[in-house]
Amino acid sequence: MTRRLGWFLAGGLLVALLLAGVVSNFASGSPDGLDATARQGCTFDSHGEITGGDCMARREQDHQLADGPLAGYGIRGIDNPYLSTGLAGVLGVLVTFAVGGGVFWLARRRSPGKV
Amino acid sequence: MDVEAMHIANGIVNGTVSAVFAAFAALALAFCAWRARADLDDRLAPMAGLVAAFIFAVQMLNFQVLPGVSGHLLGGTLAVVLVGPWVGALCVSTVLIIQCLLFADGGLTALGLNITNMAIIGTAAGYLLVAGLLRVLPKTPSGLGATALVASVVGVVAASQGFVFEYWLGGTTQLSLPWVSGTMAGTHVLIGIGEGLIAATTVATVARVRPDLVYALRRFRKPPAPVPATTAAASATVSGGPA
Repeated sequence: MTRRLGWFLAGGLLVALLLAGVVSNFASGSPDGLDATARQGCTFDSHGEITGGDCMARREQDHQLADGPLAGYGIRGIDNPYLSTGLAGVLGVLVTFAVGGGVFWLARRRSPGKV
Repeated sequence: MDVEAMHIANGIVNGTVSAVFAAFAALALAFCAWRARADLDDRLAPMAGLVAAFIFAVQMLNFQVLPGVSGHLLGGTLAVVLVGPWVGALCVSTVLIIQCLLFADGGLTALGLNITNMAIIGTAAGYLLVAGLLRVLPKTPSGLGATALVASVVGVVAASQGFVFEYWLGGTTQLSLPWVSGTMAGTHVLIGIGEGLIAATTVATVARVRPDLVYALRRFRKPPAPVPATTAAASATVSGGPA
């Protein structure tokens, strides 16, 4: 890997860290297109529990890993919501880069004669 | 602000259909991994890690598309333009697997459904559009941006209809299919436009800074110009003609 590529990767990673760590706190809190479709037809109370009606979300089940320390893009134990979301985002970017980059690097085609 | 769940949760589609799509997703990803090896070199491998990390980050940025409805980037088209279709599908899958296992987003049972829709259908549709449009549009940063914009809209709507197909096969509720399809398509056209603007900005920026890192500029070339008839005939005589 050349030094020039290294600088590009560092720059790109910095942008991703800023987006996930800072900008994520200004994201819309409304349900996304899929979730909004799944909730249409039901009524909800202020805690998000279904109070009536018929919709897809009625049959929704909990996530098997819902008790994980990072579940729901927050860090369990950190009460400040901005810090919790931001740190979870930073961790997610680093883990994704490490896992993705690591697997792709190991699987890459090595040019013959080069170590 | 809490980032809410953004992928298919457990229980929306029944266990049998979820299992079938998990098997399909595994086979499709194995095929992608096989094809991806030809593309993965010293330059593309770290770039693919960055694309995955970038998609993870941008998926956290829900933007409002209607009152009470938001959307986020899925990333298939962005990945296709920067690292190609095979590696691109693997990048989106990496993000979905990490979101499922670490952040409890997108049910574990539903992982195959989510990978099928976003990593396979969305990426494949984006790829077809990108490959087609780059035959007509100029291979400049703006041409590439316009390509990414249009392909993103199509890719996102295609991914949303993947869910509709899965719901038709194994939905646990009995909602009207045309309603589900129409609602999903409608909101996802808007989400696709948002995704397209993000993808266009990103690929145009990379194309300006490091055009050599953009897969679509290096590999989606027009087929080589046909060899002039006389030369072709001459070489045929040399190689295979009567000696």
